[in-house]
Amino acid sequence: MTDTATAGVKQGFQLKSANLSMTAIELYYFDKDEFEATLRDKISQAPGFFKDIPVIISMEKYEGLDSELDFFSMIGTCRRHNIHVVGVRGGNEDQRRLARGASLALLPGSSQRDKASEEASPAPEPETKAEPASSGQTEAMPQGPAPAPARIISQPVRSGQQIYAPEGDLIILAPVQAGAEVLAAGNIHVYGPLRGRALAGIHGAESARVFCQSLEAELVSIAGHYKISEDLQDNGWKSAVQIQLRDDLLVVTPLDKA
Amino acid sequence: MARIIVVTSGKGGVGKTTTSASISTGLAKRGHKTVVIDFDVGLRNLDLIMNCERRVVYDFVNVIQGEATLNQALIRDKRVDTLYILPASQTREKEALTKDGVEQVINELSETFDYIVCDSPAGIEHGAQMALYYADEAVVVTNPEVSSVRDSDRILGILQSKSRRAEMGQDPVKEHLLLTRYNPDRVEKGEMLSVGDVEEILAIPLLGVIPESQIVLNASNQGVPVILEEDSDAGQAYDDAVARLLGEEREHRFMTSQKKGFFSRMFKGG
Repeated sequence: MTDTATAGVKQGFQLKSANLSMTAIELYYFDKDEFEATLRDKISQAPGFFKDIPVIISMEKYEGLDSELDFFSMIGTCRRHNIHVVGVRGGNEDQRRLARGASLALLPGSSQRDKASEEASPAPEPETKAEPASSGQTEAMPQGPAPAPARIISQPVRSGQQIYAPEGDLIILAPVQAGAEVLAAGNIHVYGPLRGRALAGIHGAESARVFCQSLEAELVSIAGHYKISEDLQDNGWKSAVQIQLRDDLLVVTPLDKA
Repeated sequence: MARIIVVTSGKGGVGKTTTSASISTGLAKRGHKTVVIDFDVGLRNLDLIMNCERRVVYDFVNVIQGEATLNQALIRDKRVDTLYILPASQTREKEALTKDGVEQVINELSETFDYIVCDSPAGIEHGAQMALYYADEAVVVTNPEVSSVRDSDRILGILQSKSRRAEMGQDPVKEHLLLTRYNPDRVEKGEMLSVGDVEEILAIPLLGVIPESQIVLNASNQGVPVILEEDSDAGQAYDDAVARLLGEEREHRFMTSQKKGFFSRMFKGG
């Protein structure tokens, strides 16, 4: 029935909007050797996570001198560790010019994001700064990026069904049945029994948690660390609990003692 | 417009066909013009339970493929004259049930019937999906044991995602739980899940509880829908279920042990 919708000539590709979560290197200052040492240290904590991932360099908290910035060196260092620098977020005009020189994509900073549509024209207007906002001191509380909206499900998640919240939290106001699977980039809340599998922090967010009214799960996972039903039975089974990651271990705590 | 009711379960052998026969007979007995369709292509049973196996000439697949008209294929029940049976084909493949073909038949039946009862095959494959696709209501037949409950849960998920109502974004299919082969004695001994357990897991409204009974088996073997065994507990339980399906309020029965003798009651300290 839906096939009739796609009419016309078949093209080699189609443009689709994609919404990905990415890792940002938030740069405070740049020193070539220190950069590499810190990077190596971070990678050693979770080697699997960093392999072949794209990152962006965030300039929003950069306090060093522009003359110290060397994007080519950063790209080279990251490349040696199988990390791909794909773009730069925020930064002033000089910094962005340097980034463009290193063939990096330019992304609007989070405080600039509201103005992003205005700034869409590639040529920056050098002198006509009518807005006083950019002077820095008049800027109100620097707002972080708007949180991804939670996905809310009010029907039972039945055996064989999979519910996925690729960006934010997942809130389920019904049972998650045995044989069902719920996944979220953020936290998972189940206001009902959790009998299936729950995977929170699937993009690696170790601070993600799972909350449920009755823990009867087949499997609970946070940022790739998981426990199966057998190992969950001893603590908080069939009661209201939260599950979080502490020192790479899943810890189950009763909600009334939280 | 007919109301389309699918009788489904996921798991096999839980009593779908028995239930289809009794519910369609019950609806017809109350004066509603009813047709029951056997979707179990290749494993046709409904005609046996309805005792019309010797009268099958054309079947559902013949109608879909244009080899017979609906009127040629429909078999009128000998006991209840507002009841018709559309038998399944025993020799064809399940794939013969195409979405368009089934829709055509159901639309045609909708013009003249009040209720269309679809007897689903077991499983979650093509045949089962065709049986539930056009449903307005679903009677989910479940036995009080874990594997049956799990399969019912699975089929409920499919009802919510793959039925026409789900695909068109209409009101969801109305779900009813029918617990069959219920044995209160075994529930007391902890050998079976209780009504409460099953309701709690599946979280859908209870349509009825059919007690486990030799009468059901005997009736099936004789080709009599058990609802016509009006003196039996199983027959009465089905009658209650049909009444509730039509919106009547009836108290649930046969959920507690009844066959307890005088002595056992005495010694239990009652």
